[in-house]
Amino acid sequence: MAENGAKATVTLRIDGVEVTVPSGTRVIEAAEHVGVVVPRYCYHPGIPTRPAQCRMCLVEVEGRPKLEPSCTLQAADDMVVNTASDTARTARQSVIEFLLVNHPLDCPICDAAGQCMLQDYAYVTNQLESRVDEPKRIMGRDRISDDILYFADRCVICTRCVRFMRDVAEDDSLIVAQRGDKAYIDTFPGRELDNPFQGNIVDVCPVGALVHEDFVFKARSWDMDATASVCPGCPTGCNVTIDTKENQIVRVKPRHNAAVNSWWMCDYGRKHLVMTNRGVRAELPLIRGGDGGGDGGELRPVDWATALDWVAEKIDALGAPGGRAVVSPDASNENLFYLRTLLDRLGVADADFRVSQGETAELPTVPTLKLRADRAANATGAGFFGGRRVDGPPNDAAGGALVVLDDELEGAGEDFGGSADFFLYLGTRLPGPARNADAVLPIATFAEMDGTFTNFEGRVQRFHQALRPPGLARPGWMVLSRVLARLGDGEAVDDVRGAFERMAARAPAFAGLTWDGIGLKGAPAAGAASEAAGVAGSAEAGA
Amino acid sequence: MSFPHGSDLETTTRLSRHQGEAEARTLEGWRARGGYEALRRSLDMSPAEITEVVKASGLRGRGGAGFPTGLKWSFMPKDDGKPHYLCCNADESEPGAFKDREVIRWTPHLLIEGCLIASRAIGAEHAYIYVRGEFFEETQVLNAAVVEAYENGLAGDGILGSSWSCDVTIHAGAGAYIAGEETGLMNSLMGNRAEPWAKPPFPAQAGAFGMPTTVNNVETLAAVPMILENGADWYRQWGSEESPGTKLWSCSGHLVRPGNYEFALGLPLSDIIFEACGGTPSGKPVKAVIPGGSSTAFLTGDELDCATTYEGLAEAGSALGTASPIVMDEDTDIVAAMRRIAQFYAHESCGQCVQCREGTSWVVRILQRIEAGDGRPADIDTLYELCEQMTGRTICVLADSVVFPLASSLDKFRADYEARMKPTLVAAG
Repeated sequence: MAENGAKATVTLRIDGVEVTVPSGTRVIEAAEHVGVVVPRYCYHPGIPTRPAQCRMCLVEVEGRPKLEPSCTLQAADDMVVNTASDTARTARQSVIEFLLVNHPLDCPICDAAGQCMLQDYAYVTNQLESRVDEPKRIMGRDRISDDILYFADRCVICTRCVRFMRDVAEDDSLIVAQRGDKAYIDTFPGRELDNPFQGNIVDVCPVGALVHEDFVFKARSWDMDATASVCPGCPTGCNVTIDTKENQIVRVKPRHNAAVNSWWMCDYGRKHLVMTNRGVRAELPLIRGGDGGGDGGELRPVDWATALDWVAEKIDALGAPGGRAVVSPDASNENLFYLRTLLDRLGVADADFRVSQGETAELPTVPTLKLRADRAANATGAGFFGGRRVDGPPNDAAGGALVVLDDELEGAGEDFGGSADFFLYLGTRLPGPARNADAVLPIATFAEMDGTFTNFEGRVQRFHQALRPPGLARPGWMVLSRVLARLGDGEAVDDVRGAFERMAARAPAFAGLTWDGIGLKGAPAAGAASEAAGVAGSAEAGA
Repeated sequence: MSFPHGSDLETTTRLSRHQGEAEARTLEGWRARGGYEALRRSLDMSPAEITEVVKASGLRGRGGAGFPTGLKWSFMPKDDGKPHYLCCNADESEPGAFKDREVIRWTPHLLIEGCLIASRAIGAEHAYIYVRGEFFEETQVLNAAVVEAYENGLAGDGILGSSWSCDVTIHAGAGAYIAGEETGLMNSLMGNRAEPWAKPPFPAQAGAFGMPTTVNNVETLAAVPMILENGADWYRQWGSEESPGTKLWSCSGHLVRPGNYEFALGLPLSDIIFEACGGTPSGKPVKAVIPGGSSTAFLTGDELDCATTYEGLAEAGSALGTASPIVMDEDTDIVAAMRRIAQFYAHESCGQCVQCREGTSWVVRILQRIEAGDGRPADIDTLYELCEQMTGRTICVLADSVVFPLASSLDKFRADYEARMKPTLVAAG
C-alpha cells in the first residue's frame, strides 16, 4: 500500500480464486491472472477505448443487481466476481444466438473459419442450434480499401477496426455507417482508407468480416502452420507470426511485443516479408573446378561435401591474402558472425554493406513502432561484425579474397570479382555477377532457418524456421561452420543453439546472451546503446 | 388543438398557462406575464440554495425516468475548476409524447429562464438546448427568443447586470430516438454518432466535452422558475409526497379529445382518459393503454383506476414515463400495435449492443410472422425469453423499452397472439 493512502493493489476473488492486481486493473484483465479468459469481442488489449458494446464479457458481481461488462469494470477490494454463473453463461449464450440471427453461417467458405471468435464462442457457450426461422438480412461484401475486403454479413460490429484506425492510428477514415441491424463498417464519405498501418484492422477483426485480398480463399486455418518470426522490412524488427501452407508464406501477422511493436505492424512489412521469400533461388552448390579436372572452367553443380572440401582447400591454400567482403544487412547475426570468423582468417577487414532507403511511417500512439527509412533487418548486427556502411555499387577486390554474403550485387560490373584471387559467393539467389564466383554456396533465407536479428536499438530477437529451404540451400551459419571446421576452427554446428552459443562466447556484443534466455521477446545486446550507434570493431573471432 | 385545453376535469395549468398566447413568445409579452422574475431572484441566491429549493419541491425529471432533479444537480462537483455544462434535452423522441415541443413553441422564454436558473445551480457556464431535428418551427421560435435574451442582457455576459455569465446555445439534432438518451445526446452534441456510452463515467463526472454536465428535460427545466418564485411548499400542494407538482400529459390514440393537458399528479388514470379526453370516439370499451409513452408496459382497460403518480403507475405494473398515454379501443389489433412499436425501436437502435441491435429486429420479424398468421405456439416462449435476455444487459435502456410493452402485451393479451397462430394439425384418431 502506498504512503499517500491510494492503494497500489487490490485483492478480489474471481471464480473462487483470490487474486491481487494493480489498482485500476479491469476485471477482464484480472481474470486472466487466474487463467480465466472472459469471452470478448469489442475489447482488445491494444486498443485504448472500451465501449463495452458487444456485451459478451458480462460477468456476475456479488451484490450488484445487473451483470457488469468486465472490460470496463475496475477490480476493487473484496469484489467477488463470477464469470461462469448461470446468469452470465446464459447471457453469453444469448449474445451468440443474437449474433447469429443475421450471420450467414458461411463458415465453409470463410477465411476465418477455425480461427473465428464467433465459431469458438458458439462452441464454448454450446449455442449450436438457432431458433431463428426468419429470413436473414443480406448486405454482401465490399472493398474497404484497395487491399482489404469487407464481408458485412459476417461483421459483429465490435468496432475494433474503427477504433484501431481512430484511436491507435489516429486516422478517422473508418466509421460505422447506418444503425441498428443495418449498421456496417465503411469509409467516411469522401474519404479513402489509405494508411500505412491499415492491415492491422484485419488482425483485430474477431471474425471473418475483414480479409486481406491477397489472402482471401487461399488457405484454411487448419492447413496452416504458424511460426514466430521477426519482420525484416526495416530495423524496427516487429515481432510477427508467419503463417505457411505447403511451404508457402500465405499470411504475416504481428505478434505482441510491448517493447517493440505492441500489437501492430506496418503494411510494408507484411508485403515485404512475403516477397523476400519468392523468386528464383540458388539451390545447388556450384564450384569452378575439382573433379580431377583442375581449377577453372565453368561452374558446375556438386554435392555439399565436394563443395565444402573444395572451398576449404582453396581457403587453406590462400592463407591470409586480405581482400574484400560485401555483406547483406539482412543477414542474421549468426551468419555474420561465422562470416567474420572466416574473414578474419583470410585477413579481410572491410565488410561493406549497403542499405536501401524507403519512405517512413509512424503509428502515432505507439512511439516504438515506426517504419524506418533503412530497409534492412540487421544493419546493427552487420556493424557488430566489422561491417562498413557504404553507398554506391559494391566494391571489387584487386587481388586477395572476395567474399559476398547474400548481396544482390546490384550495380556491379560484368567482370565483378574477376581480379580477385578467390571469389566466394554465399547467397539465397544467384544474380549475374555472382556467376563470376569460384564457388557459389546456396543459403537459406531468414524464413527458412532459425536465427537472430539485432534491431535498431540493439535488441537481439529470435526468428524461427517457417519454410523448408529449396533444393540444397542450407542456413549460412551451418555452411560456414562446416568450412571453418574443415579448416580446424571449431565444430560443424547443426542447430542454431550451437551457432548462437559460439557467437555469444566470442562476440562481445552478445556476451551473456543465450538462445533460450532471449526467448520470443528478445533481449538487448551487451552495451546495445553505444555499440548500435557506431560500427563495432571486429569481434575478436579468432581469439 | 395541441396545447392544453380545458376539459370536464379540473386541469391545473401552471406550467402551461400561457400556451396558446402568441404574445407570450416575445420577451415583452413574457415579461408582462412575470417572466424572468425567478431568474432575477435566483441571482440573489447561492447555487446551493437554488438546489435546496428544487430538492425540497420534490420535482422529478420529466423525461421519463423521474429522477429527483435537485438530487441530480447536487451530484455536480463543486469548485473543481472545470467548466460545467447544462444540456437541456429537447429531443422529445418518445412515441406518444408531444408536450415539450409545445413548451418551446409557446413559452420559449420559460425554457430559457429555467435553463439559466439550472445553470446557476450547477455552476454551468454554458447551457446547450438540444432540440430534436424535426422540430423546425420550435427551433425558429426558440432561436428568436435566445436572440432576444442576448440582446436584453438575459443571456451571455453579466446577466441582468450581475457578474454572472452564461451562454445559451441551441443545437439542432440530426434525428435519432437515441439522441434523447442523455449520453447519446451528449455524444451527438459533440459531433459524434448519437450512441449512448457505458456509465461510468456519469455525466456529472465527465459529460459533454469531458466536463461535468447535467442533462434535464424541457418540462423539468420549465417547472423550475415557478418553483423558485413560489417556493417548494407551494409546488407540493399538488401531487403526492413522492410525486409532487403538476405534469403535462400528451394523450393520444382512440380518444374524443386527444391533446396536451396539465394536471396535478395523482388523478386516477381513468379520469384523464374518460373525463378529460372523453373516452373513445367509437364508444367502445378501452382495451389497452400504454400510459407513459411507447416504452412503458401495457395496461388493460380494467387497470385504469391507478393513480397517475410515479409510484401509482409503478404499482400498476407500468410507468408514468413521459405521461403520454396511448389509448386503444376494443377493435385494436394488439399484435399489430406491438409490431409497430417494436419496428420503431428496431429502426432506432443505435446498433452498439448485440442484444438490442439483433434482438429488436428479430422480435419484429417474429411479430410480423405472427401477424401474417404464420405463428407457432413456440414463438411466445421465444419472445418471452428474448424479453429476458434483452432486459438489463445493454448500455442504455432502448432494448428494455421494447421489452416493457412486449412482455406486458404477452402477459395481458396472450389470447390475441394465440388467435393469430397457425392452427395446429391434430392427427386423426
